[in-house]
Amino acid sequence: MRKQFCDAMVARSAANRLVFMTGDLGFMALEPLQEVLGEYFINAGVAEQNMMSVAAAMARQGIETWAYSIAPFCYARPFEQIRNDIAFHGLPVKLVGNGGGYGYGVQGPTHHAIEDYGVLLTLPDMSVYVPVFDQDLAAVVPLVGESSGPAYLRLGRGEPPSGYTVPDYAPWRHLVSGRGGTVIAIGPLAGTYIEVLQNLPDAVRPNLWALAELPLGKHPMPEALMAQIESGAELCVAEEHVARGGFGAELALHLVEKGISVGSFTHLCARKHIYDAYGSQNFLRRQSKISAENILAWASES
Amino acid sequence: MRLSDEDLKKARKRLLQMHFESGVGHIGGNLSALDAMMILQHEYLRSDGNQFILSKGQAAGALYVSLWSRGLLSEDDLKRFHMEETKLPAHPPAIGIPGVLFATGSLGHGLSLAAGTALAKRFNSDAGHVYCLTSDGEWQEGSTWEALIFLCHHQLAGLTILVDHNSLQGFGSTDAVASMNPLADKIRGFGIQIHSIDGHDLGAIRAALDAPSSGPKLVILNTIKGHGVSYMENRMEWHYLPLSEKQYKQALMEVAES
Repeated sequence: MRKQFCDAMVARSAANRLVFMTGDLGFMALEPLQEVLGEYFINAGVAEQNMMSVAAAMARQGIETWAYSIAPFCYARPFEQIRNDIAFHGLPVKLVGNGGGYGYGVQGPTHHAIEDYGVLLTLPDMSVYVPVFDQDLAAVVPLVGESSGPAYLRLGRGEPPSGYTVPDYAPWRHLVSGRGGTVIAIGPLAGTYIEVLQNLPDAVRPNLWALAELPLGKHPMPEALMAQIESGAELCVAEEHVARGGFGAELALHLVEKGISVGSFTHLCARKHIYDAYGSQNFLRRQSKISAENILAWASES
Repeated sequence: MRLSDEDLKKARKRLLQMHFESGVGHIGGNLSALDAMMILQHEYLRSDGNQFILSKGQAAGALYVSLWSRGLLSEDDLKRFHMEETKLPAHPPAIGIPGVLFATGSLGHGLSLAAGTALAKRFNSDAGHVYCLTSDGEWQEGSTWEALIFLCHHQLAGLTILVDHNSLQGFGSTDAVASMNPLADKIRGFGIQIHSIDGHDLGAIRAALDAPSSGPKLVILNTIKGHGVSYMENRMEWHYLPLSEKQYKQALMEVAES
């Protein structure tokens, strides 16, 4: 999504004055943005804490400010700066983390971000965007740019099936229909499920919903989705994020508070930070049992 | 408006009163920083666009008193310092106080915030200078050095850093805990203009702040923790201790006679 992100940022910069900061990352991806922004593109160096506080101060002075790094470096090291300097003041700094989840697969555990949005959503007024498809960036970047409070954009890699027509961006999208259970998947993971679920017979094929914005309260669930859940259909939430602080926990609490019972509830989520062996993002998804094979197994068993 | 010795004496007494009435410690580091904050508030922050960031948030008492001295906080505000339903907690909050841009109190944030403010002013072509007061112990925070690298690299001429160098920190002297003394020598390599002065000499503070500079400037204020109160001066326990009534009365007397 980096290329699409960069394209969208270049387009935004044509009509909006903004400052883009990076923690020395973006090689072979952000150069077009660097070229159009000139002095307003700031490589803040390998110093994420400073970058976030500087971004807060520039936002405080009325400048639309973006702060970019790879996802784990974007939120974990400078968390206190994000909390104290950005969130406590409700400043609309746009945090961008590339390679959320296991996106940096074989780079190892220090480069994974599987608790990023859960941690950030503990902060006041934080909005999180997890685009599903590369094409979403053209719509999502303006939403992040116009966000009145702090926002975190988790970039990944869109993985729709070959030849798939990506539906227009919306926070909630119904990607696959059927008469089976209900799957809600966060971000790009949803795209990886489309093909295997589409190939199931209608009678057992689950409804697949993709969610791209958090927290839940920001965009209530569509009525059709609520109807499926309330019908007692088996429900599965899938996310490349640990269970604690994830969407699964948020949804379960929401349903309990509303007095809505579900037929069954399965949470496919990032299981571990530390593995005995590492590999690609898909390798680690399989290790965590959140891969397309795992959703197929769930659909077949439910 | 030029700050007078009487203004300063009145502020020192009010600071002591505030901390005594609320039973709050941290008075030592407030007294070391008060002179600089008073001169900033009265002589440098009245100009349009000039802004101040207190990085050593534990000196909020001195900040509040200096704002009160300028008429930006009321007597009632000070009376509620550190009490229930106060808008003046022990460290500056995020909203509600004129002239306070950011909540501070966790050390190592202010210099980056000041750098970002100065850079934004450059980008916006806004008038005004940014002043940031740090503690000396705060230079043990890595983020403070990140900020120094950044503000020097970007040659932020609209920024002046002041260091309240009272040589005592939370649990020992800066020399004993993790010495960077002489701090000026450690910083000099960054190419920033440095002044090292008596932090209780108003004339020296003015001279350092007024010195022309084509880049950012750093003023090391060599101060005394607990300045102006004999039994507090250079004693670490006054980082924490509240004042007894007897101590308070003695402190007031010493300030009055100074």
